[in-house]
Amino acid sequence: MLKYVFRRLIGLIPFLLGITIITFAVIHLAPGKPTDMETQFNPKVSMEARERMMTLYGLDKPLHIQYADWLGRLLRLDFGISFVDSRPVITKILERIPVTLGINLASIILILLIGIPIGVSSAVREGSFYDRSMTVFVFVGFAIPTFWLSLILMDLVGVRWGILPVSGIKSLEFEKFGFFEKILDIARHLVLPVFVSAFGGLAGISRYMRSNMTNVLRQDYIRTARAKGLREKDVIYKHGFKNALLPVVTILGLSVPGLIGGSVIFESIFSIPGMGRLFYESVMTRDYPVIMGVLVIGASLTLLGNLLADISYAAVDPRIKYE
Amino acid sequence: MNKLMIFGFSIVLFFAIIAIFAPFIATHDPGKIDIENILTGPSREHLLGTDSLGRDLFSRMVFGARISLLVGFIAVGIAALIGITLGAIAGYYGKWVDIIIMRFVDIMLCFPTFFLILAVIALLEPSIINIMIIIGVTSWMGVARLIRAEILSLKERDFIYAEKAIGASDFRIISRHLIPNAMAPVLVSITLGIAAAILVESSLSFLGIGVQPPTPSWGNILSEGKSVMGAAWWMMLFPGLAIFITVLGYNLLGEGIREKLLRS
Repeated sequence: MLKYVFRRLIGLIPFLLGITIITFAVIHLAPGKPTDMETQFNPKVSMEARERMMTLYGLDKPLHIQYADWLGRLLRLDFGISFVDSRPVITKILERIPVTLGINLASIILILLIGIPIGVSSAVREGSFYDRSMTVFVFVGFAIPTFWLSLILMDLVGVRWGILPVSGIKSLEFEKFGFFEKILDIARHLVLPVFVSAFGGLAGISRYMRSNMTNVLRQDYIRTARAKGLREKDVIYKHGFKNALLPVVTILGLSVPGLIGGSVIFESIFSIPGMGRLFYESVMTRDYPVIMGVLVIGASLTLLGNLLADISYAAVDPRIKYE
Repeated sequence: MNKLMIFGFSIVLFFAIIAIFAPFIATHDPGKIDIENILTGPSREHLLGTDSLGRDLFSRMVFGARISLLVGFIAVGIAALIGITLGAIAGYYGKWVDIIIMRFVDIMLCFPTFFLILAVIALLEPSIINIMIIIGVTSWMGVARLIRAEILSLKERDFIYAEKAIGASDFRIISRHLIPNAMAPVLVSITLGIAAAILVESSLSFLGIGVQPPTPSWGNILSEGKSVMGAAWWMMLFPGLAIFITVLGYNLLGEGIREKLLRS
């Protein structure tokens, strides 16, 4: 097992290299220079200062040398310094990651807790009224724009009914709260964002679970289980459910980029200080070092998600050999 | 034709007609500002109400349909072109060509697509054409995988060996025989892709980095709706509903085609 994990980690290296190449190409091959923002719109910056900046960021060197320099700094976790507030990019990203990961983790748990039972129960009652209404729900979930859902919930729950806060992750008087009040306060702030980010994924997982389960229920071993007189409950939950559940692990790994990408939208709507909002802000201010940093780290998180999914798949499925 | 397909197709057709005949359907000039009728609710004069500049929401939505569908179609066209070309080359030639192309696909799939799109938009002007191109070049990977998988199995079939025996060129075999036979699953992917592209465009426009006002798009109307939240429900309800129903239509159509393909 350890050997398998180690080999998978080695296998990540070309991917990480590819991620950095694409990130670098996106930023450097597109028209417009990274220094433009700081200089072009600022009449106080002289030609000489502009050239100094060019040298500082190494923009006067050939592209492959620039790339090698940048990669060398990345290896030392030096992502450069933000154009906007001159703080190290890595610090800015690290302080935002926990919020985004926390919300995504909470929404993944919510997706699993609701999506899997919906999928299984629809498959067991294939073609029934319940199954068909769940299919309708799934299509609605797929098609509803996240930002619209967020707005409607903000308007109804937050503004009209005033049940939940709609902006940020803590109240203004947060510091005065006791320990449990603090937790409750953060939880109240996160209800809507977590719900919104889970909604689309919920449709995906329940649909996927349903099709897995209907496939499994048609297998010979299910017929055998029924034939030898097992109770229907045991047939479905002991023989069917376990086998249908496995592929969901992989799908979870694959849904990581979508979840992280989606965080841009709900974090900007709900003013949540996470990585998505940081990315949106850096795009608006053309803060290139931050943009590059978030791209590299966002893609690496996807790699990590897939790796974790594969490893846990290998760990739970005895049919998979690690050689 | 099954029920899903008919329902989806009707929605798709309905919005396509609105987009094509927008100038005849709109009741007002979508850009005409009327400061005496700011944020008035739906009425006989203004079917869906007016926005914060007194412009007719119904007419803006009708012209917005044009933008949203155009972006969806062209973006997916670009994605299909790239995906089909690279996927066919990878599947047909195999070996190192296949390895390089598919590794590239795998790496592109690591990026949260929305991040990649935002990063490119930061560098370019958010014009409609740029948005179509950006969505296109960041969403071709699924098509490439599908085409490659189909061609891997098709290229071992007798009719392809026959073509090779009579001396047909690689280009002819790929473009005349392999791609047309591999298109069925791609069709589903393209239909679903249009829905996804419409969602991305409206998200971008909603965030203020997509289609720029005064050009109306469902996303940027909704963005304005956010700023008048609580004061004008029609500004939030109708554009969102339009995006939702259109996306639903393409998804249903795609699923319908998929089911039909599975049965045959």
